[in-house]
Amino acid sequence: MDILRQIALVLQRGDSSGINELLQQALDNKLGPREILDDGLIAGMNVVGDRYKKHEIFLPEVLLAAKAMHVGMDKLKPLFLKDEVPSRGRVVIGTVQGDIHDIGKNLVAIMLSGAGFEVIDLGKDVPPKKFIETAVEQNAKVIGMSALLTTTMPVMKKVIGELKEKGLSGRIKTVIGGAPVSEEFADHIGADGYGYDSVQAVDCIKRLISAS
Amino acid sequence: MIEIRKQEIIPSQEDAFALQGISSGSKVSSNIILLFDQAVKIFAEHAQPVGIIAEISKNDFGIIYAGEGRNETDTPVAEIFQKADRLALFATTVGQGLHDKINELFVNKDFALGSMLDSVASAGVEKAADVLEAFFGSTVTRGIEDDKNIAVMRYSPGYCGWHVSGQRKLFEYLKPEEIGITLRASYLMEPLKSASGVFIAGGVDIHFFADTYSFCSQCETHSCRERMYRIEHSINASEPGEQPASIDKRRKE
Repeated sequence: MDILRQIALVLQRGDSSGINELLQQALDNKLGPREILDDGLIAGMNVVGDRYKKHEIFLPEVLLAAKAMHVGMDKLKPLFLKDEVPSRGRVVIGTVQGDIHDIGKNLVAIMLSGAGFEVIDLGKDVPPKKFIETAVEQNAKVIGMSALLTTTMPVMKKVIGELKEKGLSGRIKTVIGGAPVSEEFADHIGADGYGYDSVQAVDCIKRLISAS
Repeated sequence: MIEIRKQEIIPSQEDAFALQGISSGSKVSSNIILLFDQAVKIFAEHAQPVGIIAEISKNDFGIIYAGEGRNETDTPVAEIFQKADRLALFATTVGQGLHDKINELFVNKDFALGSMLDSVASAGVEKAADVLEAFFGSTVTRGIEDDKNIAVMRYSPGYCGWHVSGQRKLFEYLKPEEIGITLRASYLMEPLKSASGVFIAGGVDIHFFADTYSFCSQCETHSCRERMYRIEHSINASEPGEQPASIDKRRKE
């Protein structure tokens, strides 16, 4: 079995302690970091995402694989030249103002970085202005917002409204998620996408970015 | 203030798994079982469960329930509490330490364990509320011979048409700050792993209603069905010769 396939399989098993040894073997075999990342780590993570969507595995197994992915990324990143760190695009993410639930948002951030996105995590209790300013400054393609309270959901609408006012809504897409949030609510407030869970949120962001 | 023993609130695998999106009866890997066991161990080390209960009159509860006037017009609580024998407000938490531990696990990239601990802690808070509910139930039934016809159900702001802004007046009356629970402007409780609401005690029949209110279609848990089933099951268990009326037959007209 070739080394890249082994990396993908070890990642699927969530074996974060075994991943470094295989990455070193791949590097010793003169494989480039980009190839190892795309055809080893990301390929493995894609299989994990597909299996989760088919209900063949559960969230904890996805997160074990995500940890292996992050361990692998930590090893590979220093090997890329400064401006060549691979990225499928920048995503600004946060839990909206008034809300400090961050588990769901963290899971989306973890899955996004595992899928090759550059994530700027603003944390929790994030004011609308901060989302927009950061997205503009960092040239982000997507703003991801999470809320777990019905009382904080209107903040999402505010961000979308302000993006529209500033003429940024075509350039910066918005994706929302969280327990009280629904597809209908996303449509109602004019969000570009809705993620029921972290895997779906990543799929949604991939679609939005490839379409833009 | 009521001390709650940690051993009483360790959640079942089923309850924690449900919060991880793993349905009952699913075949899970040994890795997931191991994560659950590790999370329970951390929970037992770091949980600081405590609760507070205060009995309240129907009149006073009516004011608290009305809150800031943002409830749905037709709700089960509005109807049931008027028929209650006794009412009590409650709040409980498993403490800030667990939240800090969950964050620490995420920072250290132990995502799966952090997420499992989050679910164990959430399920643990519900168990803590169960303990308080049982405590209140025992207070209500003390000295009553036929206590099988009395049941307690709990409701919380943010659910069943009781607007989450109801937390404000609930907090003003109960003062859960005494056990370390505070309320943010967005009506969010801190520590996050906390619960609050009202215990409604009364005849078994008052507790049954159909989940056909306008807001029921948006409810993801329908946990009221399970709680009604438990009440019904307890009647059945205590009187084996008698068939309980079905939940559907006791629906709100």
